[in-house]
Amino acid sequence: MFQTFDQIFILLRDWVLGFLPVGLRPGAGVVLGVVAIVCVFPALFALTVLLERKGLGRMQNRPGPNRVGPFGLLQPIADAIKSLTKEDIVPTTANGFIHFLAPLVLVVAVFMGFAVLPMGRNMVLVDMDCALLFYFAMGASSELAVFMAGWSSRNKYSLLGAMRAVAQMISYEVILLLSGLAVVMITGSLSLTRIVEAQNQYTGIFPHWNIFTPWGLAGFLMYAIAATAETNRSPFDLPEGESELVAGYHTEYSGFKFALFFLGEYLAMFSISGLGSTLFLGGWSAPFSFLQWVPSWIWFFSKLMLSIFVFIWMRGTLPRLRQDQLMNFAWKFVLPFTLYNLMVTALWRFLGEGWQRWVVCTVLVVAGYVLLGRVSMRREHFGPRSYRYAE
Amino acid sequence: MSVIFWLISAITLGGALFAVLLKNTVHCALALTVAFAGLAFLFLGLDAQFAGFAQIMVYIGAVAILVVFAILLTRGSETPKGSVYSRYAFSGLVAAAGVFAVLGWAVLQSARVLPNEAQTPIATAQQIGVALVGRYVLPLEIVALLLTVATIGAVIVALHEKEGK
Repeated sequence: MFQTFDQIFILLRDWVLGFLPVGLRPGAGVVLGVVAIVCVFPALFALTVLLERKGLGRMQNRPGPNRVGPFGLLQPIADAIKSLTKEDIVPTTANGFIHFLAPLVLVVAVFMGFAVLPMGRNMVLVDMDCALLFYFAMGASSELAVFMAGWSSRNKYSLLGAMRAVAQMISYEVILLLSGLAVVMITGSLSLTRIVEAQNQYTGIFPHWNIFTPWGLAGFLMYAIAATAETNRSPFDLPEGESELVAGYHTEYSGFKFALFFLGEYLAMFSISGLGSTLFLGGWSAPFSFLQWVPSWIWFFSKLMLSIFVFIWMRGTLPRLRQDQLMNFAWKFVLPFTLYNLMVTALWRFLGEGWQRWVVCTVLVVAGYVLLGRVSMRREHFGPRSYRYAE
Repeated sequence: MSVIFWLISAITLGGALFAVLLKNTVHCALALTVAFAGLAFLFLGLDAQFAGFAQIMVYIGAVAILVVFAILLTRGSETPKGSVYSRYAFSGLVAAAGVFAVLGWAVLQSARVLPNEAQTPIATAQQIGVALVGRYVLPLEIVALLLTVATIGAVIVALHEKEGK
């Protein structure tokens, strides 16, 4: 019976496909999967927007939206109606074609990333051998959309915001890739379904999630930092900092196009959290072996919502990083530590099974973190500022 | 399959043509990005998944952005006052036709020399990885050295000159 609940969406799909002729079934199966993704994740987006505003409000000691429905539950619907009925203003000197294309390219690139996430047992839309590579390729495409938005608006502040956003996203993308690479090295495959299956084993009641290993914990922390920076989320949200750049690269967008940017940003957050839980938190596997009766897709979405909660929590707690602090942090601390973590992962594999590798790798990771932190902060002298002007 | 091939080729060629024919340089860079995407789809159509996704990640995700930054940070973003075509358009066309002839001849010759390659071999990511650290480890190391030199060079060029302080 629990098996049925676990596979309920697959069974539903097979039942619907049973009504169609055999030739149409594979195509229709894919279409049904796409429709499911396009319905579920924007609905989750509406819920998350409300949760974020309420959550941030509570953290800032205020109630958040509470007028539109009981506890503000109809607020996302009010927001959707507002954004659909607002006038779509395009600046006269703006590059109309690219201005129109930019939010579309962003949303399409972000939706493509969802195609390879395993959301439950047997619940992947496309099971590719190079799934992780596909995901990062789509992430790279979304950076171009950000640039297109900023440049086509013919607005200096937008362009500045777009260049900052692209510089930040490029720097942290390397870190994202390298921290995911440690997982690929241990699992031996780029396929996300195989990565989840490798973590779906239990010793006693404890699972073999990658986060419970020393290199996995370090990798997960670096991945979380990089994910926060990739989606331009606080504390890395200078490109869209409301007090510095009006709204950065989406200043000149109003109405539904702005809603598309918003949607794209939150969907990117979902998909990167989904990838993080697949790589490090065991995807759809249960946290304890006696909890395996709970359907696998419930575990995946719980981990997703937990990551979103941590994102909202960080937004409400941490101050914003300045652009040079952000870049320094990426290139001088996180990237070297990620490379070091890769070496520790290799050592983990070579030491073979046993308690020795736990002790050695934990000591190495902690020592590396402390030493690197001390060394990279050694030259921080907080004296008077020096300015360099353009010639 | 054939229809898709012609469609993707049309997109690639269109992108490449517009990359040299448009007036605004940033538009040219974006058209070049479309050409890169077309190439990636051609790779994917040949079942070379690793090459296709690496093409998207490297060319569209990094090289296109690099080209765009280079255009924006120099004076290439201003619309040209004169005509787009240079004075040497005809000799450029002749040189391009010559290169195309040589490349086309080389491809057709290889099709004659290796007649047994009709079946496309499927190279998985694992086979590529094994080949890279096995048979082709020297090119890998040379490329790594080249990348290191380029990175150090870029840092030196962009370094804050500390003279007269």
